[in-house]
Amino acid sequence: MAETLLFNALREAIDEEMGRDDTVFVLGEDVGVYGGSYKVTKDLYDKYGELRVLDTPIAENSFTGMAVGAAMTGLRPIIEGMNMGFLLLAFNQIANNAGMLRYTSGGNFKIPMVIRGPGGVGRQLGAEHSQRLEAYFQAVPGLKIVACSTPYNAKGLLKAAIRDDNPVLFFEHVLLYNLKEDLPNHEYVVPLDKAEIVRPGKDVTILTYSRMRHHVTQAVKGLEKKGIDPEVIDLISLKPLDFDTIGASIKKTHRVVIVEECMKTGGIGAEIIASINDRYFDELDAPVVRLSSQDIPTPYNGKLETLTIVQPKQIEAAVENMVALKV
Amino acid sequence: MVQERTLPQFQAPAAQISPDEGLLLYEDMILGRYFEDKCAEMYYRGKMFGFVHLYNGQEAVSSGVIKALRSDDYVCSTYRDHVHALSAGVPAKNVMAELFGKETGCSRGRGGSMHLFSSEHNLLGGFAFIGEGIPVALGAAFQSRYRRDALGDASADQVTACFFGDGTSNNGQFFECLNMAALWKLPILFVVENNKWAIGMAHERATSQPEIYKKASVFGMPGVEVDGMDVMAVRAVAQEAVARARAGEGPTLIEALTYRFRGHSLADPDELRSKAEKEAWLARDPIKRFEAYLLEHNLADEGALKDVRDRIQTTIDDALTFAEDSPEPSPDDLYKYIFAED
Repeated sequence: MAETLLFNALREAIDEEMGRDDTVFVLGEDVGVYGGSYKVTKDLYDKYGELRVLDTPIAENSFTGMAVGAAMTGLRPIIEGMNMGFLLLAFNQIANNAGMLRYTSGGNFKIPMVIRGPGGVGRQLGAEHSQRLEAYFQAVPGLKIVACSTPYNAKGLLKAAIRDDNPVLFFEHVLLYNLKEDLPNHEYVVPLDKAEIVRPGKDVTILTYSRMRHHVTQAVKGLEKKGIDPEVIDLISLKPLDFDTIGASIKKTHRVVIVEECMKTGGIGAEIIASINDRYFDELDAPVVRLSSQDIPTPYNGKLETLTIVQPKQIEAAVENMVALKV
Repeated sequence: MVQERTLPQFQAPAAQISPDEGLLLYEDMILGRYFEDKCAEMYYRGKMFGFVHLYNGQEAVSSGVIKALRSDDYVCSTYRDHVHALSAGVPAKNVMAELFGKETGCSRGRGGSMHLFSSEHNLLGGFAFIGEGIPVALGAAFQSRYRRDALGDASADQVTACFFGDGTSNNGQFFECLNMAALWKLPILFVVENNKWAIGMAHERATSQPEIYKKASVFGMPGVEVDGMDVMAVRAVAQEAVARARAGEGPTLIEALTYRFRGHSLADPDELRSKAEKEAWLARDPIKRFEAYLLEHNLADEGALKDVRDRIQTTIDDALTFAEDSPEPSPDDLYKYIFAED
């Protein structure tokens, strides 16, 4: 076991996959000589050379499309979005081509590529650098969407994403890069489509992902003191959602709270509620509650920014209220 | 107001061609023309749906460029892609079946007129939105260089031909990709088919520099202007660009001056183009011109040309029968091909 920071766990994943498969390469802004703006590709340029760790000009849509063409013809590109928000500029290539092209080509081509990078609300980075993009992409057919949350799952999931034959949008959170964890010395991969039961419990199911997992974990400490026993599930896969795990939990607890950093309107939580109503309505003892970010561009001011996203105290209160409801 | 660009006087190509090569080019152009004429007929008879953009008049570009490629080279097209697919070797019956939405179509009925694909023929697609195929073509070219220079595969000298229109040359992806192609010396031909019109937008009204080939100079890339109604001229510049690309000397921008004889699509009333303009370009029909060239240089006689036309007519008739008789995709397969595992 070795203590590893999350950014380095991602770096190890890329290094190991580039070592085992020479069709894997990285491209993006400042991934090479500079080593990545969060050092996820540090030193890989020296190890693998300029074609395998390709510094691109600032031309998001074009280098994303270039990765699509490379993937169609047999390579396995990993795109780093220096900030995932920049990839809105690549929406055409991600949606029309990475997402749809296997289908519109009638199976002629596959598009094995990973689009990864930092996203989420950081610390006073301003609106454009503090976006929650997963909702924008969840409607695109043909994409897999994954959010990592710990050094362990970051490494194992990224390795699985690189090996996957489909386009995978891989969300990292800008405030989680310096999380530390002891990682196994042996090689491992983590399946892309399985939710992770962070804490088993019986009173209520809390569904969350990415950084909010850690806010939930904090809230759970307070809830435990009050004798409440929540089950915490880190969704990991935002598309497709793992309804086997979600459903099994609902059948046990009959109550659901969703905690997300996503915007409320048209968000991941909105989709989950609709799907739970479709599938498990009869299992519910109470309406599903979602705690989402405010539907506003993220303000720069620190106090306003804090008010924009869900805080542990709010999670604690919401869960307490739900458990107190008489059936 | 805007000045219309004067068509330059082109030098007659000195390139030599064998009778077999001549007939091959002729056959390819006839195939393109007859195929598109049949599409128009089928569309107006209600057998074909959606947006159908025909290539009539531009055949010298497709045949001149794609027939200068090897079969393992790549072709990337636009929404006006039927004839590029045919020149790349996709059988006419599979293209026709695709336009009929049949399971036997080259995209299994999921793509349609603007989304023709064939991995077998290295056809990277028809792309419906302006410019979106250019980065994809760049990726294929990057892949060739990657295999050769990062993986040490000396046989990886494949070239990519990327087609698009004059309207696209005002789009950001055009400039972004020219920059990257030149920067990394990628083996790619950017082939602008300047047919003067982007639906109803005259080229001169949309661009501050109508001579698109000159835009290559900014990137230190060779830019060539060629008579897109002369298959021999197109072939000559394509061969030179392919040789450069294959030798690792990088990309070329080719601007072929051409004209579409029909409207933007079969749904376009084509009200804006003047009769005089259309007649002037119709008089330069690349197929008639190439027929004259072949006869004049004793590369073929009337009988041989008629044989080609008869043979292609049969190919088109067979393609139509094949398309009509083919099954539709099964409703059970609605979700097939979303993911690689499907």
